[in-house]
Amino acid sequence: MSKRIKASLFITCLVDQLYPDVGLSMVRVLQKAGVDVQFPEGQTCCGQPAFNSGFNSKALDLAHKFLDTFEDSDYVVLPSGSCGSMIKVFYEDLFKEDPALQKRMQAVAGRTYEFSQFLVNVLGVNDVGASFHGKATYHASCHLLRELGATNESINLMKSVQGLEFIAVENATVCCGFGGTFSVKYPDISEAMIGKKLDTIQASGADIVVANDSGCLMQLKGAMGRRKLRTRAVHLAELLDNKVTING
Amino acid sequence: MADIKTKEFKSESRKALNNPQIQKSLVRVIDHFGEARVNAIEEITPEVWEILREKARTIKTHTMSYLDHYLDLMEANVRKNGGVMHFAKDAAEANAIVASLISAKNAKSVIKSKSMISEEMGLNHVLEEMNVDVAETDLGEYIIQLAEETPFHIIAPAMHKSKEEVAKLFVEKAGTKLYKEIPELAEASRHLLREKFQFADVGITGANFMVAETGTLVLVTNEGNGRMCTSAPKMHIALAGMEKMLPSLEDLGVFLRLLARSATGQRLTSYTTFVSGPKREHDKDGPEEFHLIVVDNGRSKMLQDVDLREALNCIRCGACLNNCPIYQNVGGHAYGWVYSGPIGAVVTPMLVGLDQSKDLPFASTLCGRCKEVCPVKINIPHMLLRLRNKSTQNEGAGDKPGVKERVFFSLWFYMVKSKFLYKTSGRIGSGAQKILRMLKLENRIPFFGRWTRSRDLPLIPTKSFRDRWKDVGTAE
Ligand code: SF4
Repeated sequence: MSKRIKASLFITCLVDQLYPDVGLSMVRVLQKAGVDVQFPEGQTCCGQPAFNSGFNSKALDLAHKFLDTFEDSDYVVLPSGSCGSMIKVFYEDLFKEDPALQKRMQAVAGRTYEFSQFLVNVLGVNDVGASFHGKATYHASCHLLRELGATNESINLMKSVQGLEFIAVENATVCCGFGGTFSVKYPDISEAMIGKKLDTIQASGADIVVANDSGCLMQLKGAMGRRKLRTRAVHLAELLDNKVTING
Repeated sequence: MADIKTKEFKSESRKALNNPQIQKSLVRVIDHFGEARVNAIEEITPEVWEILREKARTIKTHTMSYLDHYLDLMEANVRKNGGVMHFAKDAAEANAIVASLISAKNAKSVIKSKSMISEEMGLNHVLEEMNVDVAETDLGEYIIQLAEETPFHIIAPAMHKSKEEVAKLFVEKAGTKLYKEIPELAEASRHLLREKFQFADVGITGANFMVAETGTLVLVTNEGNGRMCTSAPKMHIALAGMEKMLPSLEDLGVFLRLLARSATGQRLTSYTTFVSGPKREHDKDGPEEFHLIVVDNGRSKMLQDVDLREALNCIRCGACLNNCPIYQNVGGHAYGWVYSGPIGAVVTPMLVGLDQSKDLPFASTLCGRCKEVCPVKINIPHMLLRLRNKSTQNEGAGDKPGVKERVFFSLWFYMVKSKFLYKTSGRIGSGAQKILRMLKLENRIPFFGRWTRSRDLPLIPTKSFRDRWKDVGTAE
């Protein structure tokens, strides 16, 4: 019998506390792809909110915690591009005073993958056998795209969903205006940004917009709810787990 | 130095968001620049573009590491060419050098071609105080000089003005007729400036590049005004931030290609002017005196900071502004000083002080678009993060970081550090949210109110993922 791939979930605090269904979908999709999924209970947050606000020492503490929790994992998989870039790009910087620790961190970071990148680049899965009958567009989360370099993974996965009609929108790679505390520190700018985003999504006629980051999803869902749009914002994992239906 | 209004970022950005003319100009100009840049890269292929960027980055990193050497070489070559190179440690010193040169010549009128460093120095103001007649000769700069404003954009200073606004300005400030069309306005400005070109005593220019091996100054313009300023008057004073240095003419080739394509999508700008000293014995035209003032004004300090020195590689192409979703919405004036957009958010705090400009590094979602388009591959988001850290550490900032934020992050930190607190917080949050919703108080919680005024809050579920994990998880 071939050895099953073992992966530890880093669920991220937003999915854990706000969007548990996304987490459950991710588990089911991974299991269906033959992955043995583990959930180390000691995990909390990657520290990104503190780091992005300039509180580096607090973020460093949480980076230590992450390292302790996941150092023995074969793979770490997580449902968010921005937490992924915190771990894969910025932790290295936080550990720069301690080369030995930094090296250990780099090793774990090298085995850490955002969900769509894990499916496509590690497992080689582009089609999970899901179906969805409707029009879907994609919002490229900034960190996933520009820090982790995920240009096509999610789109490939979406295009393999049976019945799904993919609609490309021109500003798919423009930021949604979330930016963590940015969204409440500079609400006027944040609103203007999501406003423009929603205008094009609305005009595209898409039934759903797919994103792989809870921050973007919070911003998209929040503003779409207020506008009472028919379009829904969903996480890629939910789509691949056949959990998405079209609003009436 | 130029007036610093960086503390008004929030109110100024709100004003810009509510100004229909600014919004209209932003869309028009930025779409135009954006498209032109993309086409210009397509033309030489993204692969070649990437090679050029990598080369440029290597050249700049090298030059900045050996800047002392290249400054000396530049000085020696300027002298050999018959010019004089001065060094000014700050804006005040640079202004004083210009003032003394002008007084010595007993000059009464000055023509200028676009120079960001002179904006930094607030030079026009100094000259006006000396009763010297100063005329900006780049059309955009001329317009904002009439309007008494700072540049809205690094390369398109008056992009925020409609032609109607410009026509009105010409009537009020330059005494022209009321024109309707852009060609008429351009024609009018040509007449107004022609006389200035003819009779000015001194020409002042910036510099896009300095080439150390030949002591050459390079100016790129599209209106030809730079060439008039460097050749018509008897004296030419050039101002350059010390980071404008390049080792050789060969290096220059890389940068000329990157700059024009990034900035305006041109292969090369209409005019590329090379100035190597004053008029020589047998030359028919040219200035009798050539002075180059190399200005530090905070740049050495930037150079010493390993995390931030990269900002000195900037060639001021404006691509990061055009592609920044913040700049696209609020424009240039919100940034409150000379430089705007992503690079402004890095450079301004370093040049005017972080305590003066605390909003700038924070007013970004760190989306990384700037780094993606930058022709010299400057990692702006990473520098913004570094500045945020400095700001909370109180490093170089004479100001206390926000108390509310400190408290918030301390509480948050205790919560996420402890597994128990973290686990229970979701349940408490969920319960509290239900009660607040029932009492219709959800929008009143400080901090959250700024979210909920335009966006729904997610409903915190009673059971978190970790509570439900057992339902799907396979026991080992
Ligand atoms: S930071 Fe880069 S993109 Fe921005 S103006 Fe400078 S060179 Fe251009």
